Order: sequence, then structure tokens, then C-alpha cells
Amino acid sequence: MAGLITMDDLTNEQIIKILDDATRLLPVAKGELFLPLLQGRILGNLFFEPSTRTRMSFETAMKRLGGEVVNLGDIKNSSVVKGETLFDTIQMVDGYTDIIAMRHPRQGAAQYAQDSARVPIMNGGDGAGHHPTQTMLDLFTIRQAHGTLEGLKVVLAGDLRYGRTVHSLSHALTRFGCQLIFASPKLLKMPTEIVSDLRESGANVVETEDLLGSINDADVVYMTRIQKERFVDEDEYARCAGGYKLHADNLADVKSEMIIMHPLPRVDEIHASVDSTRHACYFNQAFNGVVARMALICYLLGVTVPVDVESEGGAL
Amino acid sequence: MPNEHSMRRVTAIRNGTVVDHIPSGQALRVLEMLGIGGKSSVPVSLVMNVPSKKMGAKDIIKVEDRELTQTELDRLALVAPDAHVAIIRAYSVAEKLTINLGTEVLNVVRCTFSNCITTNLREPLPHRLKVIGRDPLHIRCHYCGRPQDLDELIKNVL
Repeated sequence: MAGLITMDDLTNEQIIKILDDATRLLPVAKGELFLPLLQGRILGNLFFEPSTRTRMSFETAMKRLGGEVVNLGDIKNSSVVKGETLFDTIQMVDGYTDIIAMRHPRQGAAQYAQDSARVPIMNGGDGAGHHPTQTMLDLFTIRQAHGTLEGLKVVLAGDLRYGRTVHSLSHALTRFGCQLIFASPKLLKMPTEIVSDLRESGANVVETEDLLGSINDADVVYMTRIQKERFVDEDEYARCAGGYKLHADNLADVKSEMIIMHPLPRVDEIHASVDSTRHACYFNQAFNGVVARMALICYLLGVTVPVDVESEGGAL
Repeated sequence: MPNEHSMRRVTAIRNGTVVDHIPSGQALRVLEMLGIGGKSSVPVSLVMNVPSKKMGAKDIIKVEDRELTQTELDRLALVAPDAHVAIIRAYSVAEKLTINLGTEVLNVVRCTFSNCITTNLREPLPHRLKVIGRDPLHIRCHYCGRPQDLDELIKNVL
């Protein structure tokens, strides 16, 4: 059964269908209604590297819909440290579960797992490769704020080289005709092959090092964390990262409906003063991880989300 | 009496393989792909950049006393997808072999990206590269999606 390895696994129509399903599932995600669409189904959470939001939101999504979750647990206590191959691990979990969410440090691991498995694999991040379930919640958040995905101007800022989140998202936004502005230090530019792929797909891409000069006519500013360990010395980090921080003072001339997103965790790239502005959207974005994943799991398992969730759902 | 221009550049071989219509300048890559180097004991004749009606210029390789296998042809497909291969026995063409660069290269080379899941040699699934375009050659790993550089790929022949 097909899973979600990259955004190429979904057509634009399928993306919109899943986002529509997610919108109807919002009261269930918030715990206002109980709708056991996934009762009797089991999700296998296979996180071979650390995760907080992705793992927890998959787990919450499954449980809100009445399903169960089994976890790989701490990798130090699993068969992986004994040298078990990914293929063998997947064979085992495939037999225990109906669907698998997976994060792995090696690029291509999710596709490899899908080729080894009977059940759908949801890629929760493979090395610096793809993170399509994050993209689904990002698209949900953008559409929730702007009512559309079409033709928006989106600034992606910070670490664009290693951030798999922005790789998947930029591909998806291109398919909806968005204009992309990549604002990053030279060292952390979007990989050349991704920029050329995007341009071949007809994307309107601008690369710049000037974040603050790019935000005033943007509809979305998507911030990412710049990690110290990417730089040779701390001075260079401080010099580069300094230009990729947002403070409430920087937002005086931005569009009123502009939203600021961040896959979290943030360090100091978004100052706490931004949190109370109308532009701050990152905590809502993190919540949307639950509802987007609820809709995605239903879609991949062939479970229909009722048109009228309110009347189908029961009180908790 | 034949003049200098009509003389054979390389003499006919009794037994072995002739690889003709190699893109001009690619013969050394072909040898590398086939694992035929300076230490190999078989006689090898090679001509480069000779005139060709079809290609403008081409390379030719003649390997004596060795018949290429299907696996070797699959490797050859990456470097010279339109080459002609003839197996020679007793100075005559005994077989003409077809090279076929399809849409996928299966278990011929390993992905060159150091963080690809396939770098764990104990993983049992086949090495799969997808052919995106032929001219110029554009190949990506089926698993990690990384584009592959031919010079790097040659070092990763299985």
C-alpha cells in the first residue's frame, strides 16, 4: 500500500482533499468531539533519531481518532544497536501495525522502508531529504490563514541547506504557483540541485541574503533555526545568524495578514516580542500537526472522513 | 595497394569483443566501467576520436580473448548507451549484442551519496538508479533522490 515518502506522491487534488478532511476534523483534534474512525488500527512510530513534535503529533492524531500506537522506543534499547538492518526492522513492524510513521538519519530510508513494507510508510524526515508530513501541516496552516495556497509570496529564511522542512515545502508551494524568496547566509543556501529542480518546474525563485528587506510584501515568512555547529567558529555564526532574526520592531511595515511560521524548536531567530503580534503563527502551526496527520492517516488507510463530522462525532 | 588513410587503425582480433560507436572521448571511461585497467592481462586495443558518418567522431575498443557478459553490458549502458557490441570468434562476428539503458539501472552501481541508506552494505534491497534523461545523462538514486555524477558512479560499480 502506498505511503507518503515525498510530496510527489500526492497530486494537488489529493493535497486539497486531505486539507479539506483536516479542516472538518478540527473539533476532533481539539478534543471537542470523539470520532473513532481509526478504532482497531495500530500506528507504528519508528523514530531512529530524536523527535518531539512529529512523534507526539502522530501519536495524538492516532489516539484522537480511537487508534492505538506502538513505539520503537529509545533506539539505544532496540535491535538497531545490535546491527539489525532497516529491512529487518520494517519486516517486523510491518507485521505488528497497519501504518508506520518513520524518521531516520539516512536519506532515502523512507523509500527503502516503503519498498520493504506492506503497510503505508509516512516519512517523518530522512536525513536532509524530505519531510512531507510537515509540509502537509504547513500547507494546512497557510491555507487556514490565507484561504488559498495559490499565488502567495513566501519567504523561506535561515538554514535552507540542511533544513529538510523547507526542501519539501518549497517543492509543494511551487506546484501551487507561489513565488519563493530564499533568504539565507551563503553557507546555508538552498542546495543548487533543489533550486534548479524548482526552476525547471516553473518556479519563480529569488535568492537573497537580506531577510528584513524581503518581508514587507510577503504573505508568509517561514523561519528556520540556524545551528551553531554548521559554522567553523562562533564569531562567524554570530555574524551570519544575526541577520536572520525577527523582532516585533521589524514588523511595522509588513502586510497585516502576513503570517510568521517556524517548524520549531526556535532558539533566538524569533524574539518573544513577536509572539503577541497577529503575525505569530508557529504555535498554531505546531497544533495543526495533529489535525493534518489525522487526515493523512485516514487518507492512506482508505478511511473516509465524514462530510458532517459534527453529527457523526460523539461527546467525550 | 591501400594508402595510409584506408588502412585499419587496429588489426582484426581472432576472439574477443569489439565495442564500436562509443561517444568520442569516452573509451577510457568504458574501460574503467568494465574494470579493464593497466593490470589486466588481456590485450586491449583502443582508438579515440576516429571519424564516423553517424556520430561525427567515435571511439572503438577491442578486447581480446574476453566476451562481455550481460552484467558488463549493463554497466556499459551508462557510459555508451548507443554503442554496438560484437562478439568475435575465429575472426568473424559470432553475435551482436544489444545495449539497453532502460528507465532503471538495477544492481549495477551504488548511489554515490555518502548518507544514502544504501551505503549500509548489509541492507538487502537492490541498488536502484532511475534514468531521468539520456542526453545529457541524468540519473538519480531511487531511494535518496540525489542526482549522480558519472565520474563518481564509475568508482561505485558493483
